[in-house]
Amino acid sequence: MSVQFDEKIRKTLADAKLELAVYTATGRLATGRRQTVAPEVFPQYEELRTQASAIKKHTIDNLDYYLEQLQTNVEAHGGKVVYCRDSAEVVDFVVKLAREKNAPNIVKSKSMATEELDLNEHLKEHGLEPVETDLGEFLVQLAGQRPYHIVGPSMHMTRYDVAELFTRHLGVERETDPPKQTMIARRVLREKFLKADIGISGANFLVADSGAVVLVTNEGNARLTTTLPRIHIAIAGIEKLIPRAQDLAVFLNLLSRSSTGQLLTVYTSFLSGPRRAGEIDGPDEFYVVLIDNGRTRLLPDEGKRQSLHCIRCGACLNICPVYRKIGGHSFPWIYSGPIGAIITPQFLGITHEPALPFASSLCGACSEVCPVKIDIPKILLELRAEVNQATASTTPKRLERLGFRLWSWLMRHPRIYEWAGLAANGVAPEAEPGKWLSGLPGLLNVGPAKAWASGRDLPPAPGRSFRAMWRARSRSASR
Amino acid sequence: MPREPILNAVRSALGRRAGQAPPPLPPARIVVPEMDLETRIERLLASVSALAGRTCRAGSREAAREYVAGVLDGRPAVASNAPFLSACGITALPQVRSGIHNREELRQICATIPVGITSADYALADPGSLVMLSGPEEARMISLLPPVHIAVVPSDRVITGLDELFSLLPNPAGISSSLVLITGPSRTADIEQILVRGVHGPGELHVVVV
Repeated sequence: MSVQFDEKIRKTLADAKLELAVYTATGRLATGRRQTVAPEVFPQYEELRTQASAIKKHTIDNLDYYLEQLQTNVEAHGGKVVYCRDSAEVVDFVVKLAREKNAPNIVKSKSMATEELDLNEHLKEHGLEPVETDLGEFLVQLAGQRPYHIVGPSMHMTRYDVAELFTRHLGVERETDPPKQTMIARRVLREKFLKADIGISGANFLVADSGAVVLVTNEGNARLTTTLPRIHIAIAGIEKLIPRAQDLAVFLNLLSRSSTGQLLTVYTSFLSGPRRAGEIDGPDEFYVVLIDNGRTRLLPDEGKRQSLHCIRCGACLNICPVYRKIGGHSFPWIYSGPIGAIITPQFLGITHEPALPFASSLCGACSEVCPVKIDIPKILLELRAEVNQATASTTPKRLERLGFRLWSWLMRHPRIYEWAGLAANGVAPEAEPGKWLSGLPGLLNVGPAKAWASGRDLPPAPGRSFRAMWRARSRSASR
Repeated sequence: MPREPILNAVRSALGRRAGQAPPPLPPARIVVPEMDLETRIERLLASVSALAGRTCRAGSREAAREYVAGVLDGRPAVASNAPFLSACGITALPQVRSGIHNREELRQICATIPVGITSADYALADPGSLVMLSGPEEARMISLLPPVHIAVVPSDRVITGLDELFSLLPNPAGISSSLVLITGPSRTADIEQILVRGVHGPGELHVVVV
């Protein structure tokens, strides 16, 4: 485990308030999901998942075909498609366009793809300052931080943090009431919207047969971003495609329910090009920027390719016992939780954070809630194997292997296993009733065993083993 | 241009040739439920109410106009160019401006006016959405910038839901550059998960079915 990963986890675990905030927020989202996909209210849920999974598989397996179809249809409606390999190419495109069109004022609606590119930071180096307009993203931007959660970027902040940010950056009187804070943000951001020349959005879906960008938001900021400025740029990964507008009947139903427990998000925009003859408003120019940024590296392996089926609903974060404990900022990249644990190593390389695929209990809750049925635990196991191959033959690994060999031998020799249990029981310290042990008993608490136990609490020794109880029970039953 | 390198990388990773047709796509799943008009209207109004929208079932066009006048309560409003609004006499209300086709003029008005009035191309009984196609009759800004949005919809436009919408409009891009579904008032819960309405879009939404 890298030092940073370890430190970030410890920092989160030491902050009880933060832990509670994340636990409560994710719990609420997970409950919302469960209620809206329950068989009694939504009997078609499993059928929709199967369909969504099949459609995504088909699209990714034939991605080049649908990319070309998308481009043909975007161009047919007067838009342009721009391919970019990486962050530098996207930045170059935006900077040149802003200069050429004399369009310095940029507003943005939430987009994980642009987070991935560090777009805001890079544009700043060129004198452009895009303003995030999703309330949560706006708060995170003011604080100079990264989104905490795919759908709840400011999940970790309290109203007092927000009050502090607003007095410092917006020069307003201290205000701690969330509704009033929200209205302050509305006022400040509305001015930005009315001044903006360029609106940058992401895309929840790209629809190949229509050449359309689909955006879902609750606040309405994506509508403002794509309506008021004269130029709209949608930046999205090449995997965001779905073949047909009609497939939205399936995907929209799944996305809202899975992410926030809503039947449908408040605003769903289906945008296919600049405003047309006769239309009163809308942008004059429409660009779809398709980014690779490592995605093509995920395609060759048929098993792991399904990582690109993700529709970024966040359901796997909300249900994950690890995410709910260590939080979003502990993860090494902007994608956190189970989906982050499988895509980060594939985008950034397996050695970027070798401990990441191991930060999971493999409980499988993530794939159970995934609306497109990505088999996250299976991919985690494959990535673990890759990490082990990449880091084989180092000393700790030898010790680990020795440990497991010993364990395996012990498990195959029941008598010795029992004797070892008795011995462990003998040396175990008396625990206070109801309390767990925070370390191994003295004699055993050395070297790697100590390191192993340092992050784990152990239940107190039970006094009698299961085998002993079973024998006693059998004896009394036969009497 | 990196287009070809990216497409080629995709093709070689997937083992596909340029121009190769994909295998048949799984058929779209569109299931339109049977539901009579009366039930559709009831469900629409119930869904909108559940989302904290206000509703009115107007027995006549005059009744719709009266409801709108009541909501305006003397406040100025901007109305879209939908013929149904003038047919209801709403554009003739004294404080209502309408007939605007210029983008800049409309933007100036919408930036400050308290109420926007539109019709809708369709309304979805489930989950209670307005379907707005942008065009000469409906601008995007009127349902977006003012803090209050009133939508006046003829009852025959109330359909069951998303599946029926996409069976009626299999290709929305063929009709308009913008199709928007509006499902309740604008909302956020980004500060401590406390629900606040009207963060960017209208915080007050009225759906009037005539």
